Amino acid sequence: MLHVKNLNTRYGPIHVLKNVSLHVNQGEIVSIIGANGAGKTTLLVSISGLITPVSGEIIFEGQRINGISPAKIVSLGIAHAPEGRQVFSPLTVMENLRLGAFARKKASEQEIEDDIGEVFSLFPRLRERQDQTAGTLSGGEQQMLAIGRAMMAKPRLLMLDEPSLGLAPKLVEVIIKTVVDLNSKGTTILLVEQNARKALEISHRAYVLETGRITIQGPASELAEDSEIRRAYLGKDYRDISER
Amino acid sequence: MKRLAGYYCFAIATLMLPLLFPDSYYVTVVGVTVCTNIVLAVSLNLLMGYAGQISLGHAAFFGLGAYSSAVLTIKYGMNPWLAMTAGVIAVTVLSYVLSRPILRLKGHYLAMATLGLGIIVHIFFVQADQFTGGPDGISGLPVLSILGYPIDSDLKWYWTFAIFMLASVLFSLNIAHSRSGRALAAVHGSEIAAQMLGVDTAKVKSHVFVFSAVLACITGSLFAHQQDFVSPESFSFFFSIELVTMVVLGGLGSTFGAVIGAILLSLLPEVLLVFEDFEVMIFGAILMVIMIFLPQGLFVAMEETFFRLLKRKSQGSADVTS
Ligand SMILES: Nc1ncnc2c1ncn2[C@@H]1O[C@H](COP(=O)(O)OP(=O)(O)OP(=O)(O)O)[C@@H](O)[C@H]1O
Ligand SMILES: [Mg+2]
Repeated sequence: MLHVKNLNTRYGPIHVLKNVSLHVNQGEIVSIIGANGAGKTTLLVSISGLITPVSGEIIFEGQRINGISPAKIVSLGIAHAPEGRQVFSPLTVMENLRLGAFARKKASEQEIEDDIGEVFSLFPRLRERQDQTAGTLSGGEQQMLAIGRAMMAKPRLLMLDEPSLGLAPKLVEVIIKTVVDLNSKGTTILLVEQNARKALEISHRAYVLETGRITIQGPASELAEDSEIRRAYLGKDYRDISER
Repeated sequence: MKRLAGYYCFAIATLMLPLLFPDSYYVTVVGVTVCTNIVLAVSLNLLMGYAGQISLGHAAFFGLGAYSSAVLTIKYGMNPWLAMTAGVIAVTVLSYVLSRPILRLKGHYLAMATLGLGIIVHIFFVQADQFTGGPDGISGLPVLSILGYPIDSDLKWYWTFAIFMLASVLFSLNIAHSRSGRALAAVHGSEIAAQMLGVDTAKVKSHVFVFSAVLACITGSLFAHQQDFVSPESFSFFFSIELVTMVVLGGLGSTFGAVIGAILLSLLPEVLLVFEDFEVMIFGAILMVIMIFLPQGLFVAMEETFFRLLKRKSQGSADVTS
């Protein structure tokens, strides 16, 4: 479904992504793990067209998408829930969700209402707060809104950048469960997560990004057992932590 | 329906005024100025309040509309409606061409660029005197008629401006609740996030810029016919600033805020005439006091207080029944 080939992205003199190649198959959950500053966000931003890569190719469903506008890419079926929430603070929860469906020009009012209902059933908290402005939501509620808003685009590929960042363990569970749910309903998912253990648990495959290069890739279950990954990203005592 | 309740009250009041006071100078003459300023403030608010893009050169488009009508009808004998259309086309093209490079700028830089635009257009009005009549301006526009009915009295002008103003206000109120309105709000919130949702931010900004310019341009054409005279003074940098003041004073991002701001800033000078030499000083002091105590704007503050009272009242009555 998505093929990234030899992608190079830079911010002026800083060369961030170096010959990154990866692919995501229809129906998969694919995770990208890596330390802070490795270039995970940069990779997602390159795919969604917010920054133009200097070289390489991004192919989505057979069509080359690097160099085309972010708006066009969304309408092709890729949605991006950005890092750090980025909800529209002065707008209400409802308005934020409606904006999520912005690219679906043909959708009827009824379809959009139904999809909003679906988001609300995943995140009942948002239903309670539907007329509250997004800026006054708690961090976790904003995160739910950011995910819900990305869902409103009805994407075939959903890219989530650290959806559990700064959330309480219980909410992390909710988010993780939502991701699995969405996937089982047919949405392909590209996930960037700090919480590597959780990410590997639910993913089919994963890539490790280290200072802009893909260093390890494979089925998620294998990566979870890889001693190097356990040491670097899962923490030595990760089992102890997880059992708590 | 409920959402527009305030609008209907406002519309009825606007249309009733001349029936109640048909011979009043305040209604017919000042009323036209007020309506002009309302449309200009509302159009500027679309750009500034909704989309978050400042413009310090809005008077330029108002002026271009006025001068198109004046020059084309007087110097070239063109039909007034044709002249107005020509002005609209010219302003559409000009604002569209300018919008892309200008609106790539943000904040202070955008303010500087639009300021420059306003000044250049003003200088053009002064300097191109073989067309514009220079600093003295030009007068003697033909009478504008609608479907054969000439608009030839103060009262008829009031009706014309009132209806045009009410249509603009209604349009602005409706846009806030539409798909386009949400796109504007998204651009205002964060352009990056807006793009991620599939909003073509460059296009949205350029469209709202063109739209607000065209609205100002049409207002300018009507204004030129009504005044029967145009001179560069009416379209100076100071007037652009005054328009920004109206929008901010009433409450940025609120259509009725722009309306209230425009009414206040148009009427205040008339009222303050009694203070003679101190007029401008008192005017400035009032503006300062409002902004210090109601930084969110006059109308927005009134609205909040109103809803707070309403809530307290309904809570109070709920307590009684329980
Ligand atoms: N706009 C920018 N201008 C210059 N450098 C940038 C910019 N954005 C990111 N970088 C740099 O690019 C590198 C990769 O950043 P990126 O945000 O992709 O990391 P990340 O893997 O998402 O990290 P984190 O896990 O902390 O979110 C970092 O060194 C960062 O400083
Ligand atoms: Mg990141």
